[in-house]
Amino acid sequence: MSRQRRAALVGNPNSGKSALFNALTGARQKIANYPGVTVERKAGRLILPSGAPVELIDLPGSYSFDAASPDEEVTRKVIHGEFPGEALPEVLVLVLDAANLEQHLVFAQEVIALGRPTVVALNMLDLAERDGLTLDPAALEKALGVPVIPTVAVRRKGLTELAEAIEQADVRAAADPSPASPRPALALSERRQEARKVAKAAIVAESAQHRIHAQVDRVLLHPWIGPVILFAILFVMFQAVFAWATPFADGLEAAVTAISDWVVATFPGGFLRDLVTQGILAGVGSVVVFLPQIVILFAFILVMEASGYMARAAFIMDRMMAGVGLSGKSFIPLLSSFACAIPGIMATRSIADPKDRLTTILIAPLMTCSARLPVYALIIAAVIPQTTVGGGIGLQGLVLFGLYVAGIIGAMAAALLLRRTVTQGSASGFIMEMPRYQMPRLRDLAIGLWQRAWIFLRRAGTIIFAATIALWVLLSFPQAEPGESQIDASFAGMVADGVHAVVEPIGFNREMALALVPAMAAREVAVSSLATTYAVASEDEEQTALALEHEVAARWSLPTALAFLAWFVFAPQCLSTIAVARRETNGWKWPAFMVGYLFALAYVFAGLTYWIAVALGL
Amino acid sequence: MTLDQLDRGQRATVLSVDWAILAPEDAKRLQAMGLDQGAHVAVAHRGVFGGVDPLTVTVGRMTVAVRRVHAAAMTVEAI
Repeated sequence: MSRQRRAALVGNPNSGKSALFNALTGARQKIANYPGVTVERKAGRLILPSGAPVELIDLPGSYSFDAASPDEEVTRKVIHGEFPGEALPEVLVLVLDAANLEQHLVFAQEVIALGRPTVVALNMLDLAERDGLTLDPAALEKALGVPVIPTVAVRRKGLTELAEAIEQADVRAAADPSPASPRPALALSERRQEARKVAKAAIVAESAQHRIHAQVDRVLLHPWIGPVILFAILFVMFQAVFAWATPFADGLEAAVTAISDWVVATFPGGFLRDLVTQGILAGVGSVVVFLPQIVILFAFILVMEASGYMARAAFIMDRMMAGVGLSGKSFIPLLSSFACAIPGIMATRSIADPKDRLTTILIAPLMTCSARLPVYALIIAAVIPQTTVGGGIGLQGLVLFGLYVAGIIGAMAAALLLRRTVTQGSASGFIMEMPRYQMPRLRDLAIGLWQRAWIFLRRAGTIIFAATIALWVLLSFPQAEPGESQIDASFAGMVADGVHAVVEPIGFNREMALALVPAMAAREVAVSSLATTYAVASEDEEQTALALEHEVAARWSLPTALAFLAWFVFAPQCLSTIAVARRETNGWKWPAFMVGYLFALAYVFAGLTYWIAVALGL
Repeated sequence: MTLDQLDRGQRATVLSVDWAILAPEDAKRLQAMGLDQGAHVAVAHRGVFGGVDPLTVTVGRMTVAVRRVHAAAMTVEAI
């Protein structure tokens, strides 16, 4: 019994599986990829009533073993013990939506027919009651021949009972390790008939009470009101990202400055102290202050997902996406890309059509990700006056909104062109279940936010950290002769000279060329790079965002600053995104294409912006 | 009559589905969701900004969004 025992959660999409997984395992989850495929593997530790731990795996939601997507293929293989390197789970926990038994029992029969130790979690019982359904778990247990435990994951009801049932099933599995004797699988139509029969027997009473979600849909899916509400939500989301995050960002900034001051006061001056204050703290600090914005953006996206609204948003956007050859399903990955293209590109896995998916991956980097925000925030604050343009709308917020819109228009135009050229193929379909509306639970939101904030911090702590130090070293050596500027003498200055020759025609100055090189690692490094450069240029300057704003405002012309903004709308300056695109497309061909066309767009549009702004006399 | 022509809210039974005109993955997905011969369906919502595409269809206690091309493959009879 020393071997790690395993249990797997399996069920239809929208069965409340992930909420149950969160409730059973808590925040300590391990998220990785299944080897060789681009499907997320979520695992956590569940402590059984006896105190023994089992590894609980949250398998991708499936409608059938007859897989229609890579996600479903993983579920089928793991449950059948056919996935290389993934041990067969001892116990299967089948999660059913109590309010949608007739549908969920179709797949449930396939799972139960395997003859493996199985426990059914009759989940979301509260929503079923809200819909006027009264269920008899005992009748369901009798019909299915496996233990049925009523649960309400979000209210932590039935969790102890479920853990007990998993333990008993595990004991049975250990006592009888002989291979399962699967029953012959029924055809789909037979399973559907059987599901209808079993569901009917389990439903004790069914009132004709109106379902709340149908009434909400009447408003949110209204052909005219629905889109207006969606755009209003998106507008509030972008305003919130810029306005609400400020006090938190200021707090973080003050903390970084305090640490920097403390280091200066405590340690003797010299190379090491300069590296810590001017390199590490200035670099990582100027990036970490954008954590509040990222958290707010993800909070909106997570609430939309958890409440069931995201699928409605996909429905509303489908017609528009169809106009450029995509489907509403691309809307979710693209919206996620507003936070970060990496989860966005990974979310394209839910798009079944390969051409659709590839197109979405190729345009995802055009969505304004949170890593651009530090760059946008700095430049906008430095060169755009803090005035209002009537109606209390700030000009700065409006410019930011304009940059988002530019990214969206660029993405749509690119999709249209790509679908007619390199990714042409049949028109894509759009088939999507509309989940029931639910009140998002704070606990699930907190876990989701923590996981995403951690990914960002880990990036800040590794890629950005390394890039910042490397840049500081490149900037500090070789040491300048007396009378010579340190930047001009440094290695970084030499590299920047080469880049500068290329970007000079589009109005970029040498500091900008210098910022573009390390920003290849991640866009937000451009900010820390500028901070480092200007701190070197004027050593007594305080390393705060405010000081950097002053530097930019004083040194950059308006056309130059606007060209820099236009560049970052398009440029694929993120190694992680390129790496993810390679993994998701299984090769270098498409990432190379992506990088090429995005840099070309960036160069052309930054140039146009610069030349037009100069011609207008700005 | 096909499903895309059905009035909103009108309940109907799917008499037959012309699977041949649909992409194989779409056909598989629709069947797995219960949008198949014999299903009791109704159109809940249709399009945005006065359009006719996509639509949401209730089947059992589930609501599924589909394109008009899917609905047009399903011959239905009002009940």
